[in-house]
Amino acid sequence: MRRKAAGYAVLVLFALIFLYPFVIQIANSFKTEADAAAHPLSPIPHPFTAASFKKILHGTDFPLWLANSVLMTVLVTLGRVFFDSLAGYALARLRFRGRDTVSATILAMMAVPGVVLLIPKFLVLNQLGIYNSYTALILPLLVDATGIFIMKQAFAAVPIDVEEAAHVDGAGIVRTYWSVVLPMVRPALITLTILSFQGSWNDFTHSLIAVQNPDLYTLPRGLADLVTGSLGSGTQYPLKLGASLLTIIPVAVIFLVFQRYFVRDANEGAAKG
Amino acid sequence: MRAGGIRGPERSVGWLFVTPAIVIITLFLVVPIGMALWVSFTAWNGQGSPFRSGVPMAGLDNYTGLLTVDSLARQDFMTSIRNNGYYVLIVVPAQTVLALFLALVVNQKLLRAKSFFRSAFYFPSVTSSVAISVVFLFLFTSTGAVNQLLALFGVAGPQWFADPRGVLHLLLGTVGLVDPAAPPAMLTGHSLLGLSWWEWLAGPSVAMCAIIALAVWTTSGTFMLMFLAALQNLPVQLDEAGLIDGAGPWQRLRFVTLPQLRPTLLLIVTLGLIGTWQIFDQVYVMSQGDPAKTTLTPAYLSYRTAFKDFDYGSGAAISFLLFVVIIAMTLLQRRLMRSGSEE
Repeated sequence: MRRKAAGYAVLVLFALIFLYPFVIQIANSFKTEADAAAHPLSPIPHPFTAASFKKILHGTDFPLWLANSVLMTVLVTLGRVFFDSLAGYALARLRFRGRDTVSATILAMMAVPGVVLLIPKFLVLNQLGIYNSYTALILPLLVDATGIFIMKQAFAAVPIDVEEAAHVDGAGIVRTYWSVVLPMVRPALITLTILSFQGSWNDFTHSLIAVQNPDLYTLPRGLADLVTGSLGSGTQYPLKLGASLLTIIPVAVIFLVFQRYFVRDANEGAAKG
Repeated sequence: MRAGGIRGPERSVGWLFVTPAIVIITLFLVVPIGMALWVSFTAWNGQGSPFRSGVPMAGLDNYTGLLTVDSLARQDFMTSIRNNGYYVLIVVPAQTVLALFLALVVNQKLLRAKSFFRSAFYFPSVTSSVAISVVFLFLFTSTGAVNQLLALFGVAGPQWFADPRGVLHLLLGTVGLVDPAAPPAMLTGHSLLGLSWWEWLAGPSVAMCAIIALAVWTTSGTFMLMFLAALQNLPVQLDEAGLIDGAGPWQRLRFVTLPQLRPTLLLIVTLGLIGTWQIFDQVYVMSQGDPAKTTLTPAYLSYRTAFKDFDYGSGAAISFLLFVVIIAMTLLQRRLMRSGSEE
């Protein structure tokens, strides 16, 4: 009994540590600047004001960043779900020469750390003449090695009899893939969708090296710009916290709705290593 | 007959299906790595194409400038290695222990509302690194939430992001071993790779500690989930056998649970090593390498060298050196995982 109480005490303490920063964020984005500076810990704004949100919507380029983020996230997610599953299926099931080499290359590419690619990616975008465009922002992200790997594993787990039965019924490879096998890997497709959504919505480094024009900024890029100095005078923390809050909300909603798929991601990470 | 009929299209459809992936991965992953390797041997300044004939070649100068020649570039690079090294040294053990601890607590059979707590701990790791950095910047202002909380316990908090003092220096000063204001000549007189022994011994700066807190806070949840999955896959019989043999909870943890978690533990430590050497977003948003270069990391330094100082050759060389460090960690991880699964 005492052990149980201690367990709860620990859990509640840590839940506070992990969640209270968000409470502070929400509360302070509704405070005046003076109130936020004087009482940052207080969860109750006094006085309550939505002034910072008015300023975010009318005094910054937030709406533009939001539109760019939505465009990029939708296209990247669609691209990854489509292309990753095509490639994953081919690598798991279709026999063609060079398949093992392609698989090995993709596996090797998964190990390439993102931050060392900052300069290399800029070089290629620059060389192709697409630096500073929507193409630069979106095209390089349309396929990702991790997604291909997730789909490959999912397709490999589908019983082969299903496909053979479809072939016997006269369905071609493409038909079999599209209307028989693809529906069977729905959980993996949902995982991939969520992973792509979260990855492209939160992406900062790619947009940092792909575009320079403020008209092409996505939310994290615009937010980073706000924080590192484009705001001018004063700290304006309620505004910064509000803009950050609005950036977090979509991912938070997806997280609450699709939690079990997020949990899957982390565990698949463990399995694939 | 049938098999032969399927084989032909299988080959072409196979290539058709992987072509988009191959094109994009080649164009935006493989080719860039080659191009950057080339640029790391030049003194390209960002004007025009780096593959024109007029671009000055630098040979190995960019690398030697970072590693062997005494210069400001080497001093900055070694400072960034030192900073990131201390960061890794603290973050990896801290997040691993915290993750294991939370997993063990959440995994207790009798507790209710497990999924709530699991989600609460995991939520920070799914959010945008930039957005979270903004929150932590606010928490760690000099009169911010963290310092007000410390004041409740009678502790006067530091100026966090304005405080370049090394924690190890402060610690040595408090213990009375050395006076940080006048460090012994033995330590300031000798240097290694452009930094004096005293500078190497700084430890993470107070400012870096705020970034360390952020890192542990955001990543522990992910690793907790991995530990939790591993714990739930452990056979119950072993634990029960321990119980029957009269082992207490600590003994069962030490001699039954932990040894079985070894593969997961190895995975998490190596994933931690790989991830912590890549810290970039947080530094960009919170400190830009300041104060006094104590939050400079190799990833941020390579970005700054290329895109702010327009020394792309040196920036690319830093990227490759970092690449080598991280690939070494990855290979280590894959080897450990392989030997782990053979057991």
